[in-house]
Amino acid sequence: MTHSLFVNGRLHSVDTDGDAPLLWVLRDHLRLTGTKYGCGKAQCGACTVHADGQPVRSCSLSLADAATSRIETIEGAAGPEAEALTAAWVARGVPQCGFCQSGQLMSALALLRANSAPTDADIDAAMSGNLCRCATYNRIRAGIHDAAAALGDRS
Amino acid sequence: MTDTPPSDTPKRRFRLTRRRMILGSGLVGGALVVGYTAMNPMQVGGALLTAGGPDFDPGPFGPYIRIDADGGVAIVNPQQEMGQGIHAALAAMIAEELDADWDTVRVVDARVNFAAYGPQMTAGSHAVAYHWDKLRKTGAAARSMFVDAAALRWQVPRRLITVQNGVVSHPQSNRSASFAELLTDAARHAPPREPVLKRPEEFRLIGTDRVRRKDCGPKSTGRQVYTQDIQRPDMLVAMVAHSPRFGGMLKRFDDRDARRIKGVVDVFAIETGVAVLAQDTLAARRGRDALRIEWDDSAAERRSSPELTAWYRDIAVGRAVIDATSFETRGDIEQPQTGDRFETTIDFPYLAHAPMEPLDCVAQVRGWDVDIWSGSHLATLDQVQAALTARTIPGRVKLHVLPAGGSFGRRGLMSCDYLVECVRIARRTGHRPVKLMWTREDEMTGGYYRPMVHHQASIVLGADGLPSDWRHRIVAQRLIPVGDNPQNSEGVAGSPYFAAANTLDCRIASPELPVSVSFWRSVGHSHTAMAMEHIVDQLARRARRDPAEYRRALYQKAGATGRLRVLEALCTRAGWGKPLEDGWARGMALHDCFGTIVGQVAEVRLDSGRLVVRRVVAVVDCGIAVSPDQVAAQMEGGIGFGLSAALHGAITLKDGVVQEDNFDSYAPVRMDEMPLVETHILPSTRPPTGMGEPGVPPIAPAVANALFALTGTPTRSLPFGRQA
Repeated sequence: MTHSLFVNGRLHSVDTDGDAPLLWVLRDHLRLTGTKYGCGKAQCGACTVHADGQPVRSCSLSLADAATSRIETIEGAAGPEAEALTAAWVARGVPQCGFCQSGQLMSALALLRANSAPTDADIDAAMSGNLCRCATYNRIRAGIHDAAAALGDRS
Repeated sequence: MTDTPPSDTPKRRFRLTRRRMILGSGLVGGALVVGYTAMNPMQVGGALLTAGGPDFDPGPFGPYIRIDADGGVAIVNPQQEMGQGIHAALAAMIAEELDADWDTVRVVDARVNFAAYGPQMTAGSHAVAYHWDKLRKTGAAARSMFVDAAALRWQVPRRLITVQNGVVSHPQSNRSASFAELLTDAARHAPPREPVLKRPEEFRLIGTDRVRRKDCGPKSTGRQVYTQDIQRPDMLVAMVAHSPRFGGMLKRFDDRDARRIKGVVDVFAIETGVAVLAQDTLAARRGRDALRIEWDDSAAERRSSPELTAWYRDIAVGRAVIDATSFETRGDIEQPQTGDRFETTIDFPYLAHAPMEPLDCVAQVRGWDVDIWSGSHLATLDQVQAALTARTIPGRVKLHVLPAGGSFGRRGLMSCDYLVECVRIARRTGHRPVKLMWTREDEMTGGYYRPMVHHQASIVLGADGLPSDWRHRIVAQRLIPVGDNPQNSEGVAGSPYFAAANTLDCRIASPELPVSVSFWRSVGHSHTAMAMEHIVDQLARRARRDPAEYRRALYQKAGATGRLRVLEALCTRAGWGKPLEDGWARGMALHDCFGTIVGQVAEVRLDSGRLVVRRVVAVVDCGIAVSPDQVAAQMEGGIGFGLSAALHGAITLKDGVVQEDNFDSYAPVRMDEMPLVETHILPSTRPPTGMGEPGVPPIAPAVANALFALTGTPTRSLPFGRQA
């Protein structure tokens, strides 16, 4: 059946069943492949997107449930916090293999939008759902601090 | 990062023909034309691999350097990028000698091409060391061609010409020209036979913080394309149901329900199980879930991990007899040990690689022609295996190498298991491309693990407190089917801790069982460093000596000057011997592998039974650090990877079935468990050595030794706190 899904500011029509995980709708139907499959059971965070501004694991959110929310993926991430994070990621050389980083950035983005000056403990709490097998964690934490500082300087 | 080479224009083809004539006449040799000189065995192999395929155009500056008409420099990375940052280190070597403008240099991933690059195999932390002279000569030769062009144009001596950031200058006459302006002239000059290389003190780029990764932009915006993201017209998605037990064979299957799932296109048996083909990933998954399969377990592994551990222990002490091979023998080993014996054992579990990108591959088979998209790091081997599977010749296999979402060895199998599986399926789709997707569960339960290992040692200390008689047994499956299993004795073989031993008897036994094993980041060192470094701390305590001082004595005796230098720096940087807060302890470990020596000191505390590692100080001697930033990144990554295994990692069997199948039961370190890492690189003028793996081995023993200092209890099995 057909569902309407609001992704990155656009309304999409998706022809599949409502039980389909949002992750596969994004990747296989809408071709938004920045959101990654890593575990399929909300353990790794590689598929993190925003639903009404909240970070969620798209592998464990059904299309039917997602259809009631505004979805934002890495492709649609924009605004000063997103720009500051990307700039910090590049300046710090955060990524290694990079596969988890879309999810890391979406979790970090939700954090920074809610908390403009997060502490280490805030960051650990917000980011502990995102695995990185390359263990880029220290650079991720530093990158979030850098982005917060850059946003603070600007305002 | 992954743009394709420019297509040949008629003009380029003309130039190539002219150059080929020059090369064929023997006027040119050296780095620019590696793989092109006549009678070179590489060329013969390359001809086989490319037979029937397109001729390769090396361009005027050889296969590694492409300079556009506007002067833009693209450097071709022949190795596979799986996170280790190799593209930046290799490009920096060329850019340094070419004196290109590093900030504008682009890196392009090479497609597999044996004729141009020889065997493309990224493994064993060898890429930087292997390419060190070769790529610098390539850069220096191209630079020399620009200097020749400028000297001729300006009628000035070559030696008065300088090159910097892609600009060629004659300072005396205040003339300068860009690479773009000199390009046509430079391309006409012959590369020098022996390009002159810079001395290390002349480096402007190598060894500086300017050598950073070039792929952070796409990897920080979701734009980087991995195999998982590949879409081809008319593509199908495949999943395969594998036997839940190693060695299990397909008996029969019922696919009626599977075929009723919307989107399922076909179901058929292949050598490794039952393949389900579908329009998309979800349908493939649902189709596979709906299969009813009977497996024949008559030849399958049915034991559980405790039984295997007990068997390995029996092998080590001779209660179960399998052939063992000696790898270190000294003195009279028939004599029983006398005196005060120290005995210990350590058990290691199977470990999965669990890269963030589960295994995947895209293949299209059209008669003789095969296209593959994969994060292959043994690319040449993958090309050959794909050809064998598709019954074609390697030259008809186009392998598009993509960056891998991690590998840690899993994508570098000799048997190329998942790629071969994908090609087998793609042979049966009527030319439609197939994306094979393994789920996380498929990957974790699918084998090719770091093997289970048992170490047993019996050591007598001499009057000087140093080991005088060392007997060591290792039990581990072979990583490759032939040979004496040296990949599992590396790190014990040749240890400096044997320096004072008059009697030395080290043997390795290699049991055979259906559980598949393979290379896992740092290979044998992933367990031998733990065994040796933890044993040494226990010996030091027995001899009532400080672990650093005890190591120093042994390194001096062994003449291990490299280790001594790392040890001294490590003690200084880590504040060894200085008091810590109550409840905290330091532990030290040093190990050398892949030519690189790493020392680590971990600060550890037990927080109501939970192990906390707050900080790791690391000292590394990797020769010239081409990219200090990436050396630090690999140290951080290696520590996180090694710590994940040491704290939580174990793949266990129950009745032959793997019990850990996702990140909830096989848990890597998360951000809140990651220690701070301080990396100190020792200055060096030695050619660079490996860095992708050497950060891994010392962390487990450093933590074990800190725990030993805290509690007095040695670690007898990994992961910490779990009985083998």
